[in-house]
Amino acid sequence: MSTTRLLLTMAACGLVTFLIRLSFIAFGRYLPDDPRIEAFLRYVPPAILGALIGPEIFMLGGNLNATSDNPRLWAALVALLVARLTRSVLATIAAGMGALWAIQLWFG
Amino acid sequence: MFDDSPRAEFLGGVRAELPLLLGVVPFGLIFGVLGLAAGLPGWAVVLSSSLIFAGSSQVVFAQLWSGATPPPVMAATVGVVNLRHLLYSAAVADYLRDLPWRWKLLLAYLLTDEAFAAAIGRLRDGPPTAHRHWFLCGTGFTLWAGWQLSTLAGVLLGAAIPESWSLDFSIALTFIALLVLSVHKRSDAWAAIAAAAVVIPALALPHKSGLLVAAGVGIAVGLFMRRFDGKTP
Repeated sequence: MSTTRLLLTMAACGLVTFLIRLSFIAFGRYLPDDPRIEAFLRYVPPAILGALIGPEIFMLGGNLNATSDNPRLWAALVALLVARLTRSVLATIAAGMGALWAIQLWFG
Repeated sequence: MFDDSPRAEFLGGVRAELPLLLGVVPFGLIFGVLGLAAGLPGWAVVLSSSLIFAGSSQVVFAQLWSGATPPPVMAATVGVVNLRHLLYSAAVADYLRDLPWRWKLLLAYLLTDEAFAAAIGRLRDGPPTAHRHWFLCGTGFTLWAGWQLSTLAGVLLGAAIPESWSLDFSIALTFIALLVLSVHKRSDAWAAIAAAAVVIPALALPHKSGLLVAAGVGIAVGLFMRRFDGKTP
């Protein structure tokens, strides 16, 4: 039961993703060409990424920690700085993990 | 003389994609490890890489599944996470217009962030030859293969990596890097800040709809703040 449910849910998520990618490739001529849709879509990536990052930093094991003794908060700020300077995904991950490990070693 | 044979275009796409695998392979490894940690069986973690085939939404899928989220909310959330692919679909549509359906279906399936990023330059600025879609096929296939293999390796390694390494934090770090790349104007940054501020209280909303609500608030704030952006991009 649980396996079937997992498979069906995953297939549904895959289908949704595929249809989004197929949209304009297959039906471009029939989709509305509206600058308001373009403006709306512009804010989807930053909004969804902001929403994904919040819990990853502030929720640890289901508990809220939004204080300055949360090592992930400081490591995330280091990562943000490195991301702005380098615009490299790999450098951001390396700097953020390094910062987290350093903080955990010193204060942990 | 420009070689526009399918083979040359495909290999050109492979070559353009390879450097991007530097960022994708660690992400795939981490997703493999993290999917197991979230409670998904190993086969499901590997299968999600071909069935969903979109890194950040697979992470969200694993998180929501472990939180017993209703399937319709999961599909809607994955849809919102991947909504940005509409922009890619619109950007490549003109170049693929005259292809048969089997090509459109295949290239739509392969249309990821990284495959698009590595191919759009060739499609837009390169010579408009008959086989240029093979270039997108090359970037897409290379990313697909790298993603499948790194996810599989992550699942196999997963059990061996101790939790004290906090490797799950690299997911947040990947999102931070992608966020910085997606922010070009002040209103983009406001959209992200608003969503991040709203999401923690929104997590208490029923049916795990908090992520959707927070993204909606972020988009609304971004649209509102747009009027304060400078005229130049």
